[in-house]
Amino acid sequence: MKKSIQISVILVIAATMLFVGCGKPASKTVKIGVFEPITGANAAGGSLEVDGVKLANEMYPEVLGKKVELVIVDNKSDKTEAANAAARLAQKEKVVAVIGSWGSSLSMAGGPVFADSKIPAVGASCTNPLVTKGNDFYFRVCFIDPFQGTVMANYAFSNVKAKKVAIVQEVSNDYSVGLAKFFTDAFVKLTNDPKSIVSVSNYNTGDQDFTAQLTNIKAQKPDAIFAPGNYTESALIVKQARQLGIKAPFLGGDTWETPDFIDVGKEAVEGVVFSTFFATEVPITDTSKDFLKAYRDKNAGKDPAAVTALGFDAYLVILDAIKRANSLDTVKIKEEIAKTTKFPGAAGFITLDQDHNAVKSAVIKTVKGGKFTYLTTIEPNVQ
Amino acid sequence: MTADTFFQHLANALSLGSLYALLAIGYTMVYGVLRLINFAHGDIFMLATYFAFYIATTAIMPWWAVFILAIVLTGIFGVVVERVAYKPLRDYPRMSIMISAIGVSFLIENLATVVFGGRPKAFSVPELFSGLVMFGNVRIITVNLFIPVVTFVMLIILLFVVNKTKTGMAMRAVSTDFDAARLMAIDVNRIISFTFLLGSLLAGVGGVMWSLKYQQLQPLMGIMPGLKCFIAAVIGGIGSIGGAVLGGFILGMIEIMAVAFFPGATGYRDVFAFVLLIIILLVKPSGLLGKSSADKV
Repeated sequence: MKKSIQISVILVIAATMLFVGCGKPASKTVKIGVFEPITGANAAGGSLEVDGVKLANEMYPEVLGKKVELVIVDNKSDKTEAANAAARLAQKEKVVAVIGSWGSSLSMAGGPVFADSKIPAVGASCTNPLVTKGNDFYFRVCFIDPFQGTVMANYAFSNVKAKKVAIVQEVSNDYSVGLAKFFTDAFVKLTNDPKSIVSVSNYNTGDQDFTAQLTNIKAQKPDAIFAPGNYTESALIVKQARQLGIKAPFLGGDTWETPDFIDVGKEAVEGVVFSTFFATEVPITDTSKDFLKAYRDKNAGKDPAAVTALGFDAYLVILDAIKRANSLDTVKIKEEIAKTTKFPGAAGFITLDQDHNAVKSAVIKTVKGGKFTYLTTIEPNVQ
Repeated sequence: MTADTFFQHLANALSLGSLYALLAIGYTMVYGVLRLINFAHGDIFMLATYFAFYIATTAIMPWWAVFILAIVLTGIFGVVVERVAYKPLRDYPRMSIMISAIGVSFLIENLATVVFGGRPKAFSVPELFSGLVMFGNVRIITVNLFIPVVTFVMLIILLFVVNKTKTGMAMRAVSTDFDAARLMAIDVNRIISFTFLLGSLLAGVGGVMWSLKYQQLQPLMGIMPGLKCFIAAVIGGIGSIGGAVLGGFILGMIEIMAVAFFPGATGYRDVFAFVLLIIILLVKPSGLLGKSSADKV
């Protein structure tokens, strides 16, 4: 009896090994990794990008005659988990390229892993300059924060006519701290007054009570408040500021454009102004039109967020590079991605500069009647 | 700092402190009876907010009924957790139960992420709690007036149950000695279940008040408040119900006033809480109102 159990166990193990053994070489798919926060504080942003990648995969499912398989891993909005998730894509799944991640900190955590494994990564909306700086294998299809910070500083100076601005930054988030710094530099240059930034308050990811920081800010009577950061905390900040009777306009960055920002902020976030990548009101390329039609057909007429368009673009850029490389060699794919020029993406033409960043116009949006509404487009040469 | 700003800070601090106090009394009571640090307390608190959210969105009933139902469900859930994860370990060293509590905490967090989704949910608040009251130039949202009241009502009910009722007497007996209590014909299992029911109901009340104040739900939202109310309970003297309230207020006051008087240190808010914990543990390990005991760990 005992022996028969032993034998059957051995047989089962042997059979499993056989399956595993023949599974590998038979794979006729091209694996592309999707490295995004699906849970945790950045989940809404990550899901929006994944939506775009999946849509692109449905519309363009093949490359070099092989089916493209998406391997989606959750980096859990956590820098440590991000490094683990990146390692899983690189070592276990053996993907040929990676898309993501929403959140520059998370991209930066995964960056060294991709570089060591020589796998190209294309960020959709991670805007901190350090994501691609010094990393030969990281690219992005969006603009970077020095431009975004300048755009918002110009807006605060010319449109809001602000002389004094208070900054609220998410101190544990590289994106937020970086953008706040670029805004400060640009704004001080415009006003010629180093005291024009009246205060810099910090908070941590996951905080829910901002009343102490905001009460301090209220006493300083700024003309505007620049609060780049994660959409969940930002919505609460605007809400608590309005409850404390702060009437100054709030300015922010691209991360605010998630439905959850309006869900949580409700009427309190009416009138906030932020910069982002793409507006459905002004489709730029033929791909934009295809993308918009496919997205609306699939989502009952709803309009996509800018980062969804960028996730879509990141997939297309990789696919295009694989085609041009005519190979699944990751280094060759990387070289082709670097050569991307005037590629018509959903969120505009993509030309990657020598620092692997896309040079693109920024779009300014506001919240009006519970919806993100297009205000204006700012071309990159304004800097 | 002007007087208005100071009083606004004070109002913010009192409201945050009473919320910490509300959470801490449930934490400390379970410890007081069982000598068990219930690490899952924060997660049970999180579940209460989701219960309230889903009941409110699926059933048509007045808001107070939604809250009562959510709190009762939370209480029942707490008892189930005790039955499944703690009761089988009753005769093992306390360390085993504590590790089981940590396991329960992770289990609830991850289950909630899978079931409810990782994206934050917005909690709609009845008008009664979102009104604005002005005291001079100090602005207070009405929910911040309700929280201290609820905290004190809960405190009084809890003190009454523990000190004046027969069940409370049995709870105190169990807390002194399991075996002796059993010999005195006390149904220890029933008393422990009751303790968890009470503790989870308090977590439920805390969860409802928290979501009325911050109006946003996330599966991992229980972790930080759980840690904070643990600190509050230790500052006040873990096991002491009055101490937990005191600890909660001290913690809220320190967090807000640190930012108010040292604006440069705003990113270090949580550091103040943890530094305070270390100082208290070094200077007076039994806490401000705690009784010192030599051997209980």
